[in-house]
Amino acid sequence: MNLALVFDLLLALMLLWSAWRALAAPNATRAVVMFIVFGLFLTLAWGRLDAPDIALAEAAIGAGLTGALLLDAVRTLGESAGADAGGARSPWRWPVLAFSPLLAVILVVAVLEAPQQLVDLPAVVERNMGLSGVTHPVTAVLLNFRGYDTLLEVAVLLAALFGLLALAQGAASAATRESFLLHTLARLATPPMIVVAGYLLWAGAHQPGGAFQAAAVLAAAAVLLHLAGLLPAWVAPGRLLRLGLAGGLLVFLAVAILPLAHAPLLTYPPAWAGALILLVETALTVSLGLVLAGLFLFLSGRSLRDEETR
Amino acid sequence: MSTGLLYALAGVLLFVMGMAGAIIMAGALRKILAFNIMGSGAFLVLVGLAQRDGIPDPVPQAMVLTGIVVAVASTALALALARRLAADGDEER
Repeated sequence: MNLALVFDLLLALMLLWSAWRALAAPNATRAVVMFIVFGLFLTLAWGRLDAPDIALAEAAIGAGLTGALLLDAVRTLGESAGADAGGARSPWRWPVLAFSPLLAVILVVAVLEAPQQLVDLPAVVERNMGLSGVTHPVTAVLLNFRGYDTLLEVAVLLAALFGLLALAQGAASAATRESFLLHTLARLATPPMIVVAGYLLWAGAHQPGGAFQAAAVLAAAAVLLHLAGLLPAWVAPGRLLRLGLAGGLLVFLAVAILPLAHAPLLTYPPAWAGALILLVETALTVSLGLVLAGLFLFLSGRSLRDEETR
Repeated sequence: MSTGLLYALAGVLLFVMGMAGAIIMAGALRKILAFNIMGSGAFLVLVGLAQRDGIPDPVPQAMVLTGIVVAVASTALALALARRLAADGDEER
């Protein structure tokens, strides 16, 4: 057994342990913190699986943004919402606990005995890289070979934001924190974050990075500014913000529909593929950045009850 | 055992743990956490199983990348629903 495998084994155990603590911790804040820890272990696991793109997204979105959302929810929902359920009241407790190990054994055997892949996907991607317009395989799959999935994903994100806007109620509380240190640090951190987002967007064509990671960094900058009290929570999107939120999907749709006259949906002419992908990615970075920030900023500050009446 | 296979197996266990948690746990927040753990397990199986021979496979990697972004959107929507439920519950009391 070599050292790398020992590390993998330890990391897998830490993943299971942190996930268990996130579910079983006695209070909600601790559960959410353990979930963020779980996200960070998962980021390491993606690194071990040669998936730096996913690792970047997991660190920024899975651990970062989801963690911020959950912590904010604990604040407004109160500890009671995440109170230690323990499952004492659930009539399903014992059947589920009895059935779970059985399911785990069945799935483990299925994974161990899974048949070999019939199609060698990495080789197919490798063969067609010349046509994709970029040199990084994950970006080629994301925006060219499987562009359809990404197009629908952007639509799903927008739909989730619409749902959230329809549900959100209550007045947004004004940002009140007055801290010189916090303000200065947030102001100092924001410009480099925007530059990093631009770099990630540009790097996506030939190395790990791309629109999602860049958007996540932009959203993180907005959340940081909001938490420092420099950016108020969003109440209802104005015309400009609406255009920004939907712009990525609209540009992507336009690029997808353009070739319909003489080719199937989402076929880029190879000569133009690189430029079109950059155009779509730029629009997606701005829009997804706003959507991801919106998931936090439209929800944040809307307390269930007025803070004053507590 | 390869790295890919090891993480796929960890993913299976996370999936089962998350599923049991999502059914048993009472609080909305715990259910959302469990649901996220379930999703992460599925992602690990998807990438780990495809890479059990040690060759990076960009196709499931791109799928999981979109999956993570969709997961955060659905988490935010679920939290909005949980808040609305809690608010309506307060009004009735």
